[in-house]
Amino acid sequence: MNFSLTKEQELFQQMIRDFAENEVKPIAAEVDEQERFPAETVEKMGKIGILGIPIPKQYGGAGGDNLMYSIAVEELSAVCGTTGVIVSAHTSLCAAPILEHGTEEQKQKYLPKLASGEWLGAFGLTEPNAGTDAAGQQTTAIEDGDNYIINGSKIFITNAGYAHVYVIFAMTDRSKGTRGITAFIIEKDTPGFSFGKKEKKMGIRGSATCELIFENCVLPKTNMLGKLNKGFGIAMKTLDGGRIGIAAQALGIAQGAIDETVKYVKERKQFGRAISAFQNTQFQLADMNTKTEASRMLVRKAAYKKDNKIAYSVDAAMAKLYAAETAMEVTNKAVQLHGGYGYTREYPIERMMRDAKITEIYEGTSEVQKMVISANMLK
Amino acid sequence: MKIVVCIKQVPDTTEIKIDPKTGTLIREGVPSIMNPDDKGGLEMALQLKEENGAHITVITMGPPQADLILREAFAMGADRAIHLSDRKFAGADTLATSSALAGALRKLDFDLLITGRQAIDGDTAQVGPQIAEHLDLPQVSYLEDLKFDGDKTFTMKRHIEDGYQMLEVEAPCVVTVISSANTPRYMSVGGIVDAYQKEVEVWGFNEIDVDEADLGLKGSPTSVYKAFARGLKPAGELYEVSTDEAVGIIIKKMKEKFIL
Repeated sequence: MNFSLTKEQELFQQMIRDFAENEVKPIAAEVDEQERFPAETVEKMGKIGILGIPIPKQYGGAGGDNLMYSIAVEELSAVCGTTGVIVSAHTSLCAAPILEHGTEEQKQKYLPKLASGEWLGAFGLTEPNAGTDAAGQQTTAIEDGDNYIINGSKIFITNAGYAHVYVIFAMTDRSKGTRGITAFIIEKDTPGFSFGKKEKKMGIRGSATCELIFENCVLPKTNMLGKLNKGFGIAMKTLDGGRIGIAAQALGIAQGAIDETVKYVKERKQFGRAISAFQNTQFQLADMNTKTEASRMLVRKAAYKKDNKIAYSVDAAMAKLYAAETAMEVTNKAVQLHGGYGYTREYPIERMMRDAKITEIYEGTSEVQKMVISANMLK
Repeated sequence: MKIVVCIKQVPDTTEIKIDPKTGTLIREGVPSIMNPDDKGGLEMALQLKEENGAHITVITMGPPQADLILREAFAMGADRAIHLSDRKFAGADTLATSSALAGALRKLDFDLLITGRQAIDGDTAQVGPQIAEHLDLPQVSYLEDLKFDGDKTFTMKRHIEDGYQMLEVEAPCVVTVISSANTPRYMSVGGIVDAYQKEVEVWGFNEIDVDEADLGLKGSPTSVYKAFARGLKPAGELYEVSTDEAVGIIIKKMKEKFIL
């Protein structure tokens, strides 16, 4: 049993921290305020390999692992939740399923450009009537010679519009329910594929969240990801991995809020002394830090298991459930410790609280995580 | 082209605090980093490599933990790393340090030797020029920019107090670089993954070409007489005003302090 990072992971963490501090933190407030997608950060991340961390070198990736990837999402999210989810959706929800389920040709075609950041990735499963009940897919893919004709729409798609590659799901056999869903890879400029309205969100406001619209969109059969009618399994497996990313995002947001709060309570004086001298502050900080550290252990355990090819689905669900709820609780307390200043946009704390909330919702709500965890206990 | 870059691990002095009671540095918890001027030197070498093609060797002298900055150099793009580590090197001042480095450099073939201008812990700016003297090579200090003609001539821009000098120097030569010359790149993720797969060569006294008497404490003519913390000054006052107003404020302040 070893709870220490390796030297390689420590060096990596140091690099990511420097990058987050120098390239991401300075624009985080502006990106939120303007609801601006930070394309320049994406380019910089691509250049040094942050967009291809767990992709093997043979496909142009960095050849790192999921633990490193979770560290990256954590450190980026500590200063900017938006940047954290851009990396998470790109890596876990687009590059990972292509790596795991793609043909050699698909891997050669997509992974090098995804790893370098030339192409950003996205994932489309959710529909207006298929949220938590992902099996209720309305989007259809009808076979037509060497092609499939896709019709339907997807909503709340992270990175939509900026991403070039989309892993999407459609019904190929409606009579079979979840066993009639197939995954496809679709590129941005495909005729019949367009984008709908951009959502106005509470948090992670710099990340692009849009509708995907398919109107008689013709897709060659070679764009099918995995086997016919095996899409639901691919989606669920992909979301297992995605939960490590979102758990790491939640963890980072919590840690970022703690870092800001520790700085603030030492400076802020009331009743003639720093508010860090009050036991209420000390006890709140102790709770915040303990839960955040517990989240980190869960995130790293899930990543470790994935890296070592041990079943990690329940671990990822626990990590996401606990880290997301911790992020919400910690940022809420952090705003309270900041008092009135914490409620203003002069400080990053209110942004962190808004960013935290989504981690309890997307890539499986907290309730879904509880279903996954308890189902495993009661089977 | 073969380039050697000398780098040093230093405490991050921007994070250092002084113990108000003892007046000594609080080293605990202070991260160790690659010296900023040296990092600028490595970046200059990496840019030369991209433009002209080059093989870059980094070399450091220091305790075992200095291995970290050599891995960092690998992750930035260096090709070979040498770690000078031997008890005989311990306690060295700048002269003994430069003697040891020169001893190692005699074993290496290079067209260009780059060092940082100075380290942020000692701030002497002596080691680079001393190496050049030991090796009897031309040296240019305080370098801002450097171009290679592809044959054997470097065109250099040297920062001086009231401007800059342009120089042409033939290889092999020694330059010292200032950190403002460039913005060092980040380590790449793939580079970090590879950095610990590569070998750092550890060289001791037996691997280098130098007289033992010139090394370590014995080879160090400098001895520290006394170290003390500079008294803390209150923060200055900053005014953004016109020149006339500024003159008025200065005269008023000087009169307040009975200087005028």
